Amino acid sequence: MASYSTNEFKGGLKVMLDGDPCAIVENEFVKPGKGQAFNRVKLRNLITGRVWERTFKSGESLEGADVVDLEMEYLYNDGDMWYFMKTDGSFEQYAVEKKALGDTAKWLKEQVAYTVTLWNDNAISVTPPNFIELEVVETDPGLKGDTAQGGSKPATLSSGAVVRVPLFINQGEVLKVDTRSGEYVSRA
Amino acid sequence: MATDWRPTASIETLRQRARLLAAVRAFFAERGVLEVETPVLGHGGSTDVHLASLSLEATTPAGRERLWLQTSPEFHMKRLLAAGSGPIFQLARSFRDGEVGSRHNIEFTMLEWYRPGFSLDELIEETVALIHQVLGSALGGEAGPLRRRRYRELFREGLGLDPFSVDLAELRRLAGERGGLDMRDAERDGCLDLLMSLAIEPTLGHEGVDVVVDYPASQAALARRHRDPEDGEWVASRFEVYLAGLELANGYDELTEADEQRARFAEDNAVRRRLGLPAVDVDRRLLAALEHGMPAGSGVALGIDRLIQLALGKTSVAEVMAFATPRC
Repeated sequence: MASYSTNEFKGGLKVMLDGDPCAIVENEFVKPGKGQAFNRVKLRNLITGRVWERTFKSGESLEGADVVDLEMEYLYNDGDMWYFMKTDGSFEQYAVEKKALGDTAKWLKEQVAYTVTLWNDNAISVTPPNFIELEVVETDPGLKGDTAQGGSKPATLSSGAVVRVPLFINQGEVLKVDTRSGEYVSRA
Repeated sequence: MATDWRPTASIETLRQRARLLAAVRAFFAERGVLEVETPVLGHGGSTDVHLASLSLEATTPAGRERLWLQTSPEFHMKRLLAAGSGPIFQLARSFRDGEVGSRHNIEFTMLEWYRPGFSLDELIEETVALIHQVLGSALGGEAGPLRRRRYRELFREGLGLDPFSVDLAELRRLAGERGGLDMRDAERDGCLDLLMSLAIEPTLGHEGVDVVVDYPASQAALARRHRDPEDGEWVASRFEVYLAGLELANGYDELTEADEQRARFAEDNAVRRRLGLPAVDVDRRLLAALEHGMPAGSGVALGIDRLIQLALGKTSVAEVMAFATPRC
């Protein structure tokens, strides 16, 4: 893998730090009036999701990380592993651990495409699409005629996520939800 | 993807920038300081270990020659002083390789001026007056009161250590911890620079204009040195001006001795060789001018892009430049 010097650091670049693959979030060149230059770098650890702030002497370099994002369809789980399949027609499957799945667990729906991040060909994280359509499996009965007023109630979706929905929504309806904010968007 | 041909500053910002530059010129005209223009290229460059100079080869009457893009207009302006120009100022394009970020651009505009006969204190006063004038011309903004901060006081208050006497091992440990990097073989000034950038600079200039004085003698660059009245420690006769956590200006009680200047150039190039950095051609004509005699006085370099950024409430220098380096 190539290595990258501080002046090549830019948002999104994947590098190795302390043995973990990281994505550079921000790179700020700092230099006192007449002194040595440094780079103040924010990196997101791709395994833990935590953001690290580190300082490098300008010109230092880091090893690149073999990280790729691939589109894969969710197939099923056996309670131990979650299985995804590449959408490039190769039918190649990847098993994902619960730890790597993280919060995406509550947005899973069969045959929907997710972004699976692989490091050295192992899945380390799964990102859901920004919007997903899911069925309401449980909520209080809808209030007739109440289509314009404010007010909301919790609804449990088929994937397990609980979102706030307007009072007029009924069990069995399919909703469009924003997975980034966890908010109801509209009826599907 | 569409090619980003558009300016990094809005046309409205460029209009405001032009107005602020006119205010700068009016400030100096009123004070009888002559505007000059000196070359961007020179036969010599800055030997400063922490500045990376750009150079090019040009065909001149002397044949193929290496010429250096100036990191500031200092050497040429000092030669004008030695030739009897009197007080001068310049809005000069300057170049520093590798410096790109929200506060830096490889090519930038330096407002530099020299005041023969001025003490460092007189120049500090004039620098702060200029900053007030520029901020006042935009939005009626105000910079707040001037505070003088001694370098060692800042370290004592902010970090609980004396930068001149602290044990090197302790300093390395602290700098490494603060920055999250290995500083075990770092030099004293490297550790102090890091702590200054990370722990002290961000706290400066929030209640007014902070002027930092009495830097360690090892960070004198082209300034004279004097003894600290407290314990006789050698300190550099220079100042830096901070506003809103940004370093705006660097002023010197200018070194005028040719021999001392020659020795510092040689020392810089020796350090460059040791660190595996390219040596920079020494400006022989500056040394000759100093031998001829340059009037004693003070000079200051101010990053005008940063001052305009603050005056217009922008968050990066790119937003006040027509085309910042990534889009030039």
